[in-house]
Amino acid sequence: MTSRCVALGLALAALAAIPYEVPGSYYINVASQILLYAVFALGLSVLVGYAGLVSLGHAGLFGVSCYAIAYLLAAGYGHAFAITAGLTITLVATGLFAALSLRSTGIGFIMITLALGEILWGLAYRWISITNGDNGISVASRPSPFGLTLVSATGFYYATLLIFLLAVAAVLTFVRSPLGAALAGTRDQARRMNALGYHVWMIRFWACLFSGLLTAIAGMLFVYYNQFISPQTLALTSSAEVLLMVISGGASTLLGPIVGAALVVIIKNVASGYIERWNFMLGAVFVAIVILMPEGLVPGTVRLWRMGSRALWKRQKSPVAAASAGGKR
Amino acid sequence: MTFWLLLAVNSVTFGGLLFLLSAGFSLIFGLMRIPNLTHGSLFMLGAYFGATLAIGYRGVSANFWIAALLGALLVAAFGGLIERLLLRRLPGEQLAQVLVTLGISFMIADLCLMGWGGDPISVATPRAFEGFSRLGALVFPTYRLVIILIAAAVAVALWLMLDRTRLGAMIRAGVDDPEMARVVGIRVSRLFTIVFALGAGLAGFAGMIGTPILSVYPGLDQDMLPLALVVVILGGTGSLLGSFIGSMIVGIIYNFGQALMPELAYFVLFLPMLLVLILRPQGLFGRHAP
Repeated sequence: MTSRCVALGLALAALAAIPYEVPGSYYINVASQILLYAVFALGLSVLVGYAGLVSLGHAGLFGVSCYAIAYLLAAGYGHAFAITAGLTITLVATGLFAALSLRSTGIGFIMITLALGEILWGLAYRWISITNGDNGISVASRPSPFGLTLVSATGFYYATLLIFLLAVAAVLTFVRSPLGAALAGTRDQARRMNALGYHVWMIRFWACLFSGLLTAIAGMLFVYYNQFISPQTLALTSSAEVLLMVISGGASTLLGPIVGAALVVIIKNVASGYIERWNFMLGAVFVAIVILMPEGLVPGTVRLWRMGSRALWKRQKSPVAAASAGGKR
Repeated sequence: MTFWLLLAVNSVTFGGLLFLLSAGFSLIFGLMRIPNLTHGSLFMLGAYFGATLAIGYRGVSANFWIAALLGALLVAAFGGLIERLLLRRLPGEQLAQVLVTLGISFMIADLCLMGWGGDPISVATPRAFEGFSRLGALVFPTYRLVIILIAAAVAVALWLMLDRTRLGAMIRAGVDDPEMARVVGIRVSRLFTIVFALGAGLAGFAGMIGTPILSVYPGLDQDMLPLALVVVILGGTGSLLGSFIGSMIVGIIYNFGQALMPELAYFVLFLPMLLVLILRPQGLFGRHAP
C-alpha cells in the first residue's frame, strides 16, 4: 500500500511539473490534449469495460456538449450558464440515447449507438441555422474561474489536470461502489443478477448517464481547448478513435484508458508531422490490435514476446509441439 | 402535383438503392451474425471501380452496365477475401468483428481518397435511359424508373433464390440454426463466403448504378452505412422482406425530409427508428432481437 502511495505521489508530482519539464507551449498543449481525451476515454471505459456495452456513438454525445456550449456562448450567455446548460443538455441527450440503445445489448447496442451517433453527426452537418454547418462555431474566450486566467497553455493545462484528477477519483469511487460492483455483475451474469433482484436495466442506465457526464465534461474541455467546433468532431472516426484508446490500453482497468489516450494522442501528433494518412493508420492499428493482441497493448506485447521466445526455444526440441503452440491463439 | 410525383419517384428510387445495399448487410448479419461495417465502403468502392471503368482511360472505356457488373464482381471478390482472410479468424467474437470491419472501412476510405482524390466523380446516365418517359399524362425520369425495375428484379431474384433453390434452403437453415445445419452436413463455412461475397457484390453494384444520381465522393461510405443500419434496425435482421420494407420507409422519409426540411433530413430518420425500437425491438419482420 505504501509503495502504491509513493507511486501515486510521484505520478502526481510528475503531472504537476509537466509545464516546467517540457520545452515550449506546444508540448504543454499536447499534455492538455492527452488529459482531456483521457477523461473522454474514462467515460467510455465505464461502459465498455465495466458494463460490457460497446458504444460507437460517443463522439456524438461529446459533440452535443461542444455544440451546446459553443452555441450558448455565441448567443451571448456567460460561461457559467453555458457550461451548466451544456452539461445538462448532454445528460438529457445521453438519457435518450441510453433509453433507445438499452433496448438491446451486445451487437444490437453497438449498431444502435452507431446509428444514433451518425444521426447526430448529420444534424451537426446539416442543421446550419444552429450549427453553422461545415464552418463550425468559434468560441471567443476561455472562462476565468476565480480570477485565474486560462488563456495561457500552462493555465489551461492545470485546469484540465484538476478536472482530470476529479474524473479519475469519480471513476474510482464509482467502480468501487455497490453500483459499480452490480454493474460488473450485469456484464458477467445479467440473468443471474436479474434473478437476484437487481434491476439490470436501471443499473445500465445509470452507467450510461455517468459515462455521458464524463463525456460531456471532456467535450467542455475540448471546446475550450480548441475554441472551435465543427462536425468533424462528431464523425464515426472520432468515436472509433476514443474506442481505440479504451481497448488499446485495456478496457476494464483504470490506467488502461489513460495510457491509451496518451498513446493515441502522441501517435496522432507525431504521425501527422510525417504522414497525412492518419485514418489509414488508425484503421491498420485497429486491425492489428484485434488480430494480434485483443487483450490490449501491454499484456498483448508480453504474451507475444513469451510465445515467440517459447516457440523458438521449443523448435529445437519438438517441432510438433511448437507448431501447435504457434497455431493456437 | 409534379413536385410530389417526382419526390415519390425519387424516394422509391433511393429506397431501391438502399435495398440493394441493405439486403446483403441484413443477410450477412442474419446468417453469420457479423456486423459488417465495411458495407458502406463496399458501396463506395463499387462506385469508384465502376466509374473508373466507365470513364475509361485515353478514350477506351467500358459500357455503363459492363462497368457496373465488373465493379460488382471486383467488390464481391474483395468481400470474399476479407471474409476468408480476416473475419474467418474471429468466429463468434462480435466486438472483434466490429473493430476489424471498422478498421478496414477506415483504410478503404483513406486509400480511395489517395487514389481518386477529394473531388466528386459523376458518371453520365447511360445514353438509352436519358431524359423522361411518359406514362399516360404523367412524366417520369427514365433512369430512376430503370433503377426501380432493377431493384425489384433483384428483390424477386433474391426471393426466388432464398425460397426455391437448394442454396437458398441451405442459407435459410444457416440463418435459423447454424449448429444444426452443420450437423446435417451443410457446409456452413462455404455458405458464409458465398453470402458475404454476394452481399458485397450487391452493395458494389448499387454503388455504381447510383453514381448518375448520387455521384461518388469521399464520405459516401459514411453517408450510406448509417442508412443501411437504420434499414436493418427497422426491418429486422436476416429478413429479405424486412430489408425491402425498411429501405422503402427510409427512402421515403429521407427524400421527403430533404425536400421539406433539408436541415433536419437526417434527424427525421430518427423517428421511425424510435418507434420501432420502442414497440418492436426485433424489427418489423425480425424474429429475434439483434
